[in-house]
This record gives sequence, structure tokens and C-alpha cells, in this order.
Amino acid sequence: MTSFVQNLIDGLGNGSTYALMAVGVSLIFGVMHLVNFAHGELLTVAAYMTYFLQSRGVSWWIIVPVAIVVAMVTSMGVEAVAFRRIRGANPFTLLLTSFALEILSHACWKLFVGSERKQFAKPGWAFNTFQVGPFLFEVWDIAAIVTTIVCLAATAWILRNTLFGLAIRASAEDFDAARLMGVKANRVISGAFALAGVLAGIFAALSLMRTGLAEPRMGANPLLKAVLAAIIGGLGSLQGAVVGGLALGVAEVFVRGYVGDWFGSQAAGLTDGLVFALIALLFVVRPQGLFNVATAERV
Amino acid sequence: MLAVEQLTTRYGSLTALHQASLRVDEGELITLVGPNGAGKTTLLTTIAGLLRPAEGRVTFDGRDVTGWDPARLVRSGLALVPERRRIFKDLTVAENLKLAGVTASAADRRERLARLPEVFPILRDRWTTAAGFLSGGEAQQLAVARALMSDPRLLLLDEPCLGLAPTMVDVVFDLLADLHRQGRTILVVEQQARRALAIADRAYVLRTGRIVAEGPASELAQRADLFEAYVGGSTVGGGA
Repeated sequence: MTSFVQNLIDGLGNGSTYALMAVGVSLIFGVMHLVNFAHGELLTVAAYMTYFLQSRGVSWWIIVPVAIVVAMVTSMGVEAVAFRRIRGANPFTLLLTSFALEILSHACWKLFVGSERKQFAKPGWAFNTFQVGPFLFEVWDIAAIVTTIVCLAATAWILRNTLFGLAIRASAEDFDAARLMGVKANRVISGAFALAGVLAGIFAALSLMRTGLAEPRMGANPLLKAVLAAIIGGLGSLQGAVVGGLALGVAEVFVRGYVGDWFGSQAAGLTDGLVFALIALLFVVRPQGLFNVATAERV
Repeated sequence: MLAVEQLTTRYGSLTALHQASLRVDEGELITLVGPNGAGKTTLLTTIAGLLRPAEGRVTFDGRDVTGWDPARLVRSGLALVPERRRIFKDLTVAENLKLAGVTASAADRRERLARLPEVFPILRDRWTTAAGFLSGGEAQQLAVARALMSDPRLLLLDEPCLGLAPTMVDVVFDLLADLHRQGRTILVVEQQARRALAIADRAYVLRTGRIVAEGPASELAQRADLFEAYVGGSTVGGGA
């Protein structure tokens, strides 16, 4: 029972960070039907920025907001430079463009910064643990869960209560109708990329505190998790992305636990395979994802 | 107020609208009638900026607005109630209206949000309902109310009675007549030509992408030849 609860907390901690990325992926998909494979690169940009600042002794209190702003600006920049002119192209063109950006980003970091890992000091407090009854919590897990809850609640509030949020939701449902209402296409899409960028920046800050690493291809794995989480939840559905992220995080922790018990610790590589098998099984039962999105039919 | 000159719109190699010209003067209620596929929707969507014309010119208030973005046209006072309404089903009635007030100042938006439920009492009862749950008639009223949120000087409506129960059709025609009386300029595309002609000042008849007749509504209503041609449904063609 104790280990079950520990695993659950652990899984929710990881899963909540997936949710941050998945909501961004889902937001962007909603407004322009792009599954943005370049979204994970925001982590890489934030990571090198963190490395640069951290190795010069800048405090985490400054690094975190800087990383978030950098992710946001990069996200908006990518939209303006790469996606704006192919907006409305068929989804494959959009998808391939985002793939190209991802690969290009990997190559550029390798070429101009180096393919070796850059390490930087992690904040010590993140790994402190504290005991509540029989449970041992890592500060980072709790911080990640709380931060994610706050960010997702703020996102939900923005989408529900601001004109910008209404514009995003309306555009996701019927982009041309939103334009007929006076919604400026560039602004709402750029805004969606900005919001997705902020969430990615927050994810990056949380994740970098734990790993203390920057390397060229680091964005690929979180991106895969985010896209999976978004698809599990039903692309375009934000609640879905959150539930998908959490489900993925929890599933991973538990599968890893069982794989360890059954096959020994050297079989850890099986974890991802089994998780993907579970996801494949889910899609057999529910091909549309957990949450049904009316707009998905337009894809 | 609105002048459309020699407007041609193509979908790929298909010409849906062929050198159509029309004029709407301040305070007029103009109706555009014609069979399915005559290009009525194409004409309206091109005027509203969702489609780019291949040739021709659209002038609104003396300004050349050809190829303008819809968001910009709404700000200059031209709003379209699109075919099949296209209300935002995931948004509540109130949210639909609030979003449609995006072009107005915060004060104007509040004032219109407070006033519209008096014009459309049905909407007040469904204020916090997701618009996807509205009946056809309610949805159409929402679609018109939504367009009015920007307080347009020229209101374009594309088949506002499509799929409505006969009693709701009456409501919509009464509403159009009311808006006209209040001095709002209206261009309405309507399948129910006789009813539309009964409330309109002037009318245009569109067939296979071309304007084939125009004149005072009362005169056109007398011309049996025009009506037999399409009320019978024999001349369908020419694209959307």
C-alpha cells in the first residue's frame, strides 16, 4: 500500500509535467491542426539558456522566469517564421514542417554548441525529501504537481474568461467563423503559440531542476510523451491532454515497477515498450482518445 | 454603400461566380435569390473576405476593400451571418455573443450584451447553455444576434431560414423587416424567394454564377419566367 501511494505520487509528478507539454500541443492543434513536433525543442532552447546562465552563477530565481520567457518568444518566433506562411496547408505539410524544424534544431545545437552533454548544478532543495506518515515525498514531485495544477487552472481560467481564451476556443471549433466575428487570425494563433510556449517553459524549468542537463536531442522524448498524452486524451481537448499526461505518467511508474519485479532491473528498457503496448490497446478500444472532440472530424 | 463590380471567384479551375455586379445603398434591404449552386454563398463569402476574388472589385463606403481580411471588414462595419449559422457549439450563448463583441470597446460590448437578450428573449433563457444544444430557430437567432454584436452598418445573411420550422421562418422574416425599419442596411440571400421579395426593396437573381436579373422586388416578383426557372429546380449547376 505504501509503495502504491509512493508510486502514484511519483507518477502524478511526472505525469503533470507531461500534461504541461500536452496542453500546449493540444492548444496548437486546436487552432491550426498542426501536431507540432518542434514543440519539444522549446525545452532544448530553455535548457541551453539555463546552462549558460547557471554556469555563470545566476540564481534559479532569475533563470526560471528567463527560461519561460525564452520558450514563449521562441514559440512565437517559430510560428511567425515557419508556420504562418503555410497556415491552411494540408495537415501533412504542417506536420512535415514541424518534423523538419525538430531535426534542424537537433543539428544546429550539435553543430554550433557541441553534441556532448552540458551539465549544470541542480538546486539542492528539489531533491530534499520529507515524511508524511508512512510516505516519503520528494520536494520536486510536490512542487511539480502544485505548479502544474496552478498553471493548468490559470490556463483554464484564461480560456473560459478572457476574450483571448474565447477566441482560441472559437477558432478551434470554426476558424473562419471566428474570423467573421472579427478575431484576428494572426493574433489568436500567435497567442496560442505564446501560451503553449509559456507552459513549455514552465515544464522546462521543472524538468531541468531535476536533470541538470542540456543536450541537442533532449526535446525528442518529452515531445513524444506530450504528443502521446494529447492523443490519449483526444487531440484538441485540453482536459483530455491533462488526463492523458497524468495517465501516461502513472502508467510509466507502475509499469517500470512491475517490469523491475518480474524481469529484474536490467530490463528497464522494456518499460516504454509495455507502455506503448498499453496505449495501442487503448486505441483499439477508444480510437478517438478518452475525450471526444467535435472539431477532430475536420482533420 | 456597397458596390460589387465584375466580381469573379474561382475554386481551382471552377468558376463559381462570373463577373457579378451589385449595389446596396444605405438603408436598403436587398435580396439575392437563385437556385442551389448559383453562387449566392460564394458571392457573400467573397464580399465578407473569406474568399479572394480572381477578378473584380468590392467597394464599401467608398473604400476599395477587395481582398480585405474578414476581421478587418467587421471592424469597418460589414458583418456576415454565414450559411448554416456556424455558431460556436462548444461555447455558451453568452460566450458566443461576448466573442462576437471582440471588435467593440468593453463598454459597448457590455451594453450590447445587456440589450440583445431583450431583442432575443429566447437567448436569455439559454444564456449559459452550450450553443450546441440550441434548436435550429434558437441557433439562428443567436447567429443574427452574434452578428449584431459588432453593430454592423451592413448586415449580410446567407440563407437564414435554412432548415427552420415554418413558425421560425416567420420569426426570422419579421426580424429582418424590423432591422430594416430601424434603418439597418441588409443584403440577404434566400431560398424562399417570394417571401424574401415581399420584404425587400430591390432584388438580384443569380443563376450559374451570373446575375441574370435585377430590379425592384415588387417587379421581379411578377416575373413568372424567373421563378419557374429555378423554383422547379431545373437549372442546377455552376458550383457552390
